[in-house]
Amino acid sequence: MNLTLVDWIVMLVYFAFVLGIGFLLKRGVNTSTDFFLAGRAIPAWVCGLAFISANLGAQEVIGMAASGAKYGIATSHFYWIGAIPAMVFVGLFMMPFYYGSRARSVPEYLRLRFDEKTRGLNAISFATMTVFSSGISMYAMARLIQTLHIFDAPFQRMSLSPEWIFHVSVIFSAAIVLAYILLGGLSSAIYNEVLQFFLIVAGFVPLVWLGLKNVGGWYGITHRLPSGYTHSWSGMGSASTNRLGVEWFGLVMGLGFVLSFGYWCTDFLVVQRAMAADSMTAARRTPLIAAIPKMFFPFIVILPGLIAISLPTQTTATPGVSISDSRQAEAIGKGLIPPKIDERTGLPILDNNGNPVLDYDLAVPNMLLHYFPTGILGLGLTALLASFMSGMAGNVTAFNTVWTYDIYQSYIKSNADDVHYLVMGRLATVFGIALSVAAAYAAAHFNNIMDMLQLVFAFVNAPLFATFLLGMFWKRATGHGAFVGLLAGTASAAVHHGLTIPAGATPGIKGAWLGTLLNVYPSEMAQNFWTAIWAWSMCFVVTIVISLLTRPREEKEPVGLVYSLTERQNDEHFPWYKRPIAFGVVVLVLTVTLNLLFW
Amino acid sequence: MDVRLAIGALFSILGAFLASFGIASDKALYERSLGVNINLEWGLVMLGFGLIMAILGRDRSRADVEPRTAAKDGSAGEREKTLRPGKQA
Repeated sequence: MNLTLVDWIVMLVYFAFVLGIGFLLKRGVNTSTDFFLAGRAIPAWVCGLAFISANLGAQEVIGMAASGAKYGIATSHFYWIGAIPAMVFVGLFMMPFYYGSRARSVPEYLRLRFDEKTRGLNAISFATMTVFSSGISMYAMARLIQTLHIFDAPFQRMSLSPEWIFHVSVIFSAAIVLAYILLGGLSSAIYNEVLQFFLIVAGFVPLVWLGLKNVGGWYGITHRLPSGYTHSWSGMGSASTNRLGVEWFGLVMGLGFVLSFGYWCTDFLVVQRAMAADSMTAARRTPLIAAIPKMFFPFIVILPGLIAISLPTQTTATPGVSISDSRQAEAIGKGLIPPKIDERTGLPILDNNGNPVLDYDLAVPNMLLHYFPTGILGLGLTALLASFMSGMAGNVTAFNTVWTYDIYQSYIKSNADDVHYLVMGRLATVFGIALSVAAAYAAAHFNNIMDMLQLVFAFVNAPLFATFLLGMFWKRATGHGAFVGLLAGTASAAVHHGLTIPAGATPGIKGAWLGTLLNVYPSEMAQNFWTAIWAWSMCFVVTIVISLLTRPREEKEPVGLVYSLTERQNDEHFPWYKRPIAFGVVVLVLTVTLNLLFW
Repeated sequence: MDVRLAIGALFSILGAFLASFGIASDKALYERSLGVNINLEWGLVMLGFGLIMAILGRDRSRADVEPRTAAKDGSAGEREKTLRPGKQA
């Protein structure tokens, strides 16, 4: 790829702003609350945009376009079913407990509501997870920079070995994120996330616009591709009649309920953004404001994938894949999507039927190279880098808060003054990022270990929402119940995964590692959704049973932590259109409309 | 600092830069963007957006200097504080 000076200037201007924001916000950081919770002084719309931007990491921009190319518009289920309803729920019903309890983190809420061991379990698993997620983000970014040959020319000019590109990319992204979080703490991360949000929109809207113009709009796509690609619900009756390979019940319960609510309602990475809001109303509005752009995101992150696959297959050298990657490879891709190349042989990887396995992750990069001339290409690449960094920074700020408040202050040193915890927070940022770098290298060397870790995290996360639901809406739920319920949920997720397998997979990391095989799912996605459903149900039932068998809490009643003991949010002094509930209804109506439009 | 000022400044600078590059650059460059001078057109869009954000942010920053009177939700804010149970963090 040939980047010109213009592209580099666009990137440099952006990085100057990223660091500049950190420096400007440095003055405002005097207490640990400033550093970890942005002083609880951020307006709702800023929190709202940061709320989705923190989630808008690499997985989103690269992964959703990849899924768009692979599964079609049905990928929008990850938004319209798998995000919006949960975002409305957390805003309307759960934020009063998170914000109202004055908990400083999600694990701390669990401490207030249940007990120390439930908090400890959640804090430690969450902290580990954030470090690895940010490491994986870093690894993916460095790989992308390598694949796209972004740094090749400057490296050549400075006569450095191209082997260093990976190291420099990792160190460079780590250093930028480290600098701006260290300077301005959560405020700096949030402000940068808002900047990143607009930049991602600015980089991708022209891409979609040119792409749609090229293929003849949505109408053109529906004519170029089989109808399975352009309908989100028809065919959902059975797993065999849609591209996702999952039936509607598994989709709605597994993705729409368990996984989506588990992520948006309990993951501190996103909830932290709402906790930084300047008032209860602002905190409740945060996820609702976030839901509006979120519901339109499929149009800028999924459509590039659909456009890439509906273009005529490129016969000329595919940009992004170098010539040495074998010429014959280029002819058997699909649209702009090249086949996956075996790194050792340089030949395309074939599946069991002899068809090439497509490298869907290159959908977005190849779209950028296909449509963008120099100048705006710099903007597109900046947007891509911004998305990686926002994902990384979100994890790092969540990590330093949970480490400092929920692990260090709880178990290591509990009675220090505030300055001590502020220093600890900064140190945690440094070693959190150092651990992420280590995780990035682990990902580069042991790919299977990373797959396995992600699997374990999925087991740990799946039951979480049951614990929070019972904690917030059932007064009788006890700490022992919550703790045992979580363990039982995680264990049942692992067992379910060990006893089932997606069709066509070999036993091992994909499942069936317990020896006996109880069920073969039509797709990996179906297996994931049902694993989540099992974990949630088991956690729900076990928490109830153990709670009823153990003594109710003896400390003071959980006022402000449980629905029945918390004063209702009184929104009546607002005109109706300003009430969160009205906002929520509008969001849901719009979402239903979008689902119907792409039925 | 109002974040809109930062957004406004970044988008104005990038927009103006892309648009002027779009004017100066060779037409042949835009073959891949279907003949659209995307640098010029999108640069202008970004510049417009940047200016709007900067103006909004500047107005707000000025208002912040004046003593805070009951803002739009001011009465609500007071009310909420009394409703918030639990200790102050």
